[in-house]
Amino acid sequence: MAETEKIRLAHGSGGRLSRELVDKVFLRYFGGSELARLDDAAVLSASSRRLAFTTDAYVVQPLFFPGGDIGRIAVCGTVNDLSVKGAKPKWISAAFVLEEGLPIADLKRICASMRRAAQEAGVEIVTGDTKVVEKGKADGIFIATAGVGEISGSAVIGAAKVQPGDAVLVSGPVGAHGVAVLNARHGLGLKSAIKSDAAPLNALTAAVLKASRNVHAMRDLTRGGLAGALVEIAGSAGVGIELEAEAVPVSEQVRAASALLGLDPLYSANEGRLVCFVPKKDAQSVLKAMHSRPEGRGAAIVGHVPGRARGGAVLLKTGVGGARKLILAEGEQLPRIC
Amino acid sequence: MNRANRRSAGAGFSLQDAPTAARIAAALDECVKTLKKPVSFMEVCGTHTVAIAMGGIRSLLPRGVKLLSGPGCPVCVTAPRDIDRLHHTASRKGVILATFGDMVRVRGSRGSLESCRENGADIRVVYSPLDAVELARENHGSKVVFAGVGFETTAPAIAASVLEAARLGLKNFYVYPLMKLVPPALETVLSGGGAAVDGLLLPGHVSAVIGLRPYAFAAGRHKVPCVVAGFEPLDILRAIHMLLRQLAEGRSVVENEYERAVKTEGNPMAMKAIDEVFRPADGLWRSLGVIPGSGLVFRKDFASFDAEKFFQPPDFPNAEPKGCLCGAVLTGRAAPADCRLFGKKCTPADPVGPCMVSSEGACAAWYRYGGN
Amino acid sequence: MCLAVPGKVVKLSGETAEVDFGGVVRAASIRFTPKVKPGSYVLVHAGFAIQELDPQDALKTLEAFRDIYEQGK
Repeated sequence: MAETEKIRLAHGSGGRLSRELVDKVFLRYFGGSELARLDDAAVLSASSRRLAFTTDAYVVQPLFFPGGDIGRIAVCGTVNDLSVKGAKPKWISAAFVLEEGLPIADLKRICASMRRAAQEAGVEIVTGDTKVVEKGKADGIFIATAGVGEISGSAVIGAAKVQPGDAVLVSGPVGAHGVAVLNARHGLGLKSAIKSDAAPLNALTAAVLKASRNVHAMRDLTRGGLAGALVEIAGSAGVGIELEAEAVPVSEQVRAASALLGLDPLYSANEGRLVCFVPKKDAQSVLKAMHSRPEGRGAAIVGHVPGRARGGAVLLKTGVGGARKLILAEGEQLPRIC
Repeated sequence: MNRANRRSAGAGFSLQDAPTAARIAAALDECVKTLKKPVSFMEVCGTHTVAIAMGGIRSLLPRGVKLLSGPGCPVCVTAPRDIDRLHHTASRKGVILATFGDMVRVRGSRGSLESCRENGADIRVVYSPLDAVELARENHGSKVVFAGVGFETTAPAIAASVLEAARLGLKNFYVYPLMKLVPPALETVLSGGGAAVDGLLLPGHVSAVIGLRPYAFAAGRHKVPCVVAGFEPLDILRAIHMLLRQLAEGRSVVENEYERAVKTEGNPMAMKAIDEVFRPADGLWRSLGVIPGSGLVFRKDFASFDAEKFFQPPDFPNAEPKGCLCGAVLTGRAAPADCRLFGKKCTPADPVGPCMVSSEGACAAWYRYGGN
Repeated sequence: MCLAVPGKVVKLSGETAEVDFGGVVRAASIRFTPKVKPGSYVLVHAGFAIQELDPQDALKTLEAFRDIYEQGK
């Protein structure tokens, strides 16, 4: 399979080319014991009675961007969805929808990146599938995943458990992924060291759960940014959240790029950050636990839950002592000049 | 996060500081005590509207000082007819429509440029009109049309991109001229088309180009205190302080709070570029109608870059949405919350009027950041 | 109505400057501010420097904040 080769419809036909694609690409990168069997289903042995199960679909343009690619965010996103529920991610499935004409070299690069991310997270890609659609019917590649993780103990964590008196922690500087992708997608010509933050967070959540037995909720920050996650959590829990604008970590470069493009870092996407709610008394030890991990080095306490609020409300205290309410974003942020 | 560092914004000074803001707010309180009645100031510029909302500035103002939003969002004031004509042009075969991101979601009667893209049109978001020139250079087989929206701040950039395309001899670059001029719109607001305004917070970046003189009529003939303001929260508070002082002292002059960026004469070279490529003409504003001398059209020498002339899109009727108070909001006669559609039939996800469409529109800013 | 961001000119080639906005560098045209040199501060809008910024004036602004601040005491 030459590097210059492109995906053809026949690669999804179930015939010889399909088999070749499986052998030369998927088995090469994901050839763990379970996948190598190429059976209709993976058979797994769980050691816990409680499992977490998640599914997600990934589309992104461009497929490759500073700090990551669609494959990396597919694995990290799945791992992170499991991790923030307190589970230890174990197994992942990956289904690929490939657009006719996709360079096979790109597919290999994406699969290599998925393998790397899976290794970082200590998860196994155990089953998968591939389909090919005609040129113009997809955007290069779509990836759908599912993930299973094991939960030890009986603690339940989730947005509904957030309570007045909780502290709000964020695991690192926000907004880098969104800015990196936007700049790459629209060719905006910004030169900087800004990279996507895409990373598996399971080691971080394990450290957090070890530091406090009272973690009420964790959520990985994705497309709606920190603001989106907080608004959703406030709504599910029926609480008010107060966020200190000055306390939210944003790198100087992300801040500068956001000012230039008219973006709000609170609404920019992330792929390797989470927000965590714990009782105030545990906040410092959780913060310390986050700081002990490289992916949590920039963690900070950014706010608190002052009380109940019907329907939920998130108030941002601004740097100059003003206040404003945060709401969900309307669609993807676009660079603006006005 | 080093605070001094991250607020330095290049020039090495800090302009966001809560204790200072609180003290300035206290100074405003003192000023207000000398006034006999509540006052309303208009922030003309949409970037001010957003800065005021994002900084929670209203929560810092004394009672008796009200801020009204003005017609200063170039996207909001683009007429539905013109959106439709852009839409029509973008839908033609072989056309690449380049636009600032601001315009992508603005709807005309035929939908937005976003919906146009969903139907297969080639819409590119650019940061600079020069990027559109570059697109034309790279895509010889296509006709690249730049949606030329903006006020005097942006017009020089658009003019320069035309001059650059001319220099490069490009035959596939066009601009749809939809630029608007601020002083004529202010004249409309002040001469009865708008609310009673006790002071104008003037746009800092428009003024960086046009300078202070074009506002003389407002302070002179209309006797309205004017202050050109920067965009940091402290700039805005200080500008309000300056307006209150003018009122207290019975003066009305054009003052400059934003002296680090705005010179009295503006930027003559930028003005020259506008003048070389474009000439003033009547402009159609969304919700405000035609304002004499408030638009820019191509001069004869550059007519070959005129997308309107080349593509000749149909003259769609200018259908303004029913029940929408944007016209009143844009002239300070109504606050967003006064509109019956606000937050109900009209939200940022499903906007009816122009002020909800752009993120810097008054209604969108109220909706997202809360009005008070 | 118009976002414009201050930055520092780091390199010049002809009419194009590389402008540093706090760790993010982008090309901007200096056709309207031809006198700038590396080290100058400019205000950039839509890829064009629309004004050179004078650090002295910036200091004056800070001074003015301080004056009002004193009044507010």
